[in-house]
Amino acid sequence: MCAGVVIAPLALVLFYLIKAGASSLDPHFFTQLPKPVGEAGGGMANAVVGSLTLLGLGGLVGIPIGVLGGVYLSEFGTRRMKWAVRFAADILSGTPSIVWGIVVYALVVLPMAGYSAYAGGLALGFMMIPIIIRTTEEMLALVPNSYREAAFALGIPHWRIVLNITLKMAGRGVITGILLAAARVAGETAPLLFTAFGNSFWCRRLSEPIAALPLQIYVYAISPYDDWHRQAWAGALVLIMFALALNIGVRVMTRGNAPRLAR
Amino acid sequence: MNASAITGKTGSATPLALARPGKGGDAAFRLLSWLMGMMVLVLLAVVGWILCHGSRFAIAKFGWQFLVHTNWNPVEGDFGALPFIYGTFVSSFLGLLIALPLSLGTAIYLAELAPGWVRQPAISMIEMLSAIPSVVFGLWGIFVLVPWLQAGPYPALAKYFGFVPFFQGGGYGQCMLSAAVIIAIMILPIITSISREVFRAVPDSQREAAFAMGATRWEVTQLAVLRYSARGIFGAAMLGLGRALGETMAVTMVIGNSDQFSMSLLKPGNTLASGIANEFAETTSEIHRSALFELGLMLLLVTVATHLLARLLIGAAGARRHPGA
Repeated sequence: MCAGVVIAPLALVLFYLIKAGASSLDPHFFTQLPKPVGEAGGGMANAVVGSLTLLGLGGLVGIPIGVLGGVYLSEFGTRRMKWAVRFAADILSGTPSIVWGIVVYALVVLPMAGYSAYAGGLALGFMMIPIIIRTTEEMLALVPNSYREAAFALGIPHWRIVLNITLKMAGRGVITGILLAAARVAGETAPLLFTAFGNSFWCRRLSEPIAALPLQIYVYAISPYDDWHRQAWAGALVLIMFALALNIGVRVMTRGNAPRLAR
Repeated sequence: MNASAITGKTGSATPLALARPGKGGDAAFRLLSWLMGMMVLVLLAVVGWILCHGSRFAIAKFGWQFLVHTNWNPVEGDFGALPFIYGTFVSSFLGLLIALPLSLGTAIYLAELAPGWVRQPAISMIEMLSAIPSVVFGLWGIFVLVPWLQAGPYPALAKYFGFVPFFQGGGYGQCMLSAAVIIAIMILPIITSISREVFRAVPDSQREAAFAMGATRWEVTQLAVLRYSARGIFGAAMLGLGRALGETMAVTMVIGNSDQFSMSLLKPGNTLASGIANEFAETTSEIHRSALFELGLMLLLVTVATHLLARLLIGAAGARRHPGA
């Protein structure tokens, strides 16, 4: 019975999303810029592209630090350093998203004297780091030590072992972690409010403000215009589809992974 | 190290020369991964420093008064954070109060009672719930939840419980209680999935022993399962609370964003996170921005504390699973 009560909100949210989202979702959504108030139609093409750009920029920051940080924890670190890094990553993963927003604002927006795609990407990248570090470390820990020992016995340099054997074996798991992190941050709005800021046109340079799907949904949702509300529902539907697609992708990958590295 | 010892022993044998690893690559790679590991520590330090540095004016000007002062007036440059602190704690604890029984019920059902064909789809559904972005919950909150609450439950609450200060006023849809309900929905999945894991970790021998004593299924759950995992449940609740405290977008969209201090749950309020989200982009003065930074600093400290407490409790519950290890 309780389970029913818990699942009800999910069903309700999905129901309204599909009902309100599907009716206002059309091809224009993906091809046109937002129209000014009063003009019907228009889309969020710039926000879709903007979100993907921000995710890409975030990945540039989050993936190297996350994966190599995970490698450090699993393969190199001393006991005390490992504890410190894990502890820090744990705290960072519990940091509220709005805090990332103001931190990056002070770190990038103030010195550069303006909102920019760089700042938004950096905020998302920071949020990805703790997630990627943790999954990478866990996945690398699943690689049996006998593989490493065999490789050492062949005289292979340590870094080749990590790159060609350990990381390769754990590859799927590591990519899973990256996708999970991307799915998590793709829907984030709060860190983008004062960094990417939003833009109703195409972003021509990464040093300019850039639109993002969650930001656009927020702005449209709190606006007083019916037409914008419809667009917000459509945007929410697209965002959810994207997150679900990533999650399903993750599930398919972990399933394929199961026989080799038991979860 | 081993490899060079072997080459040393066998002397000039040429094939082994091939196996001599290039130490340069190793050192470089080790350094690189060390640097990336360090980045995490640096990042944490940077976050702490920026928040402290950003809030230095407000700390210098208001001191501890900041925490108990109820006036928040950007025009006059007078800032007290109590409305935000009150809003954050009340909405979060209320959300937790709503979410906890529901999540525990669900977790018990899923771990103890549910037949296999219900269990897997239900777990996937709940996982999906946690994948929905905050802003989408906010959208749903504005257009579906708030109008519904405003039409039925709120007038009833104000009418029958209006003598309690918490339910005075009303007529607003966007208020603290709406925020609490949205928060409850958003933290359901995490509490459910963690307490389900905690329940699953209870050894079957505990249940069997209780059954052997002639306990009914409910008594078994109560005595063997709930009692045994009390610590883990508390940890799960703390983790949910940590999420609730830092929740920004959905709350900002339904709480009404009023800086006025009010006890009533049926009036608009503000939380630490929603205050920042709402005002930061349009700060008028240095001291205003600094006060918002201080809100951020408080938010970080509070969430980190709950998060660590949760980790500690869940870790302890997990450790009991493998007493030998």
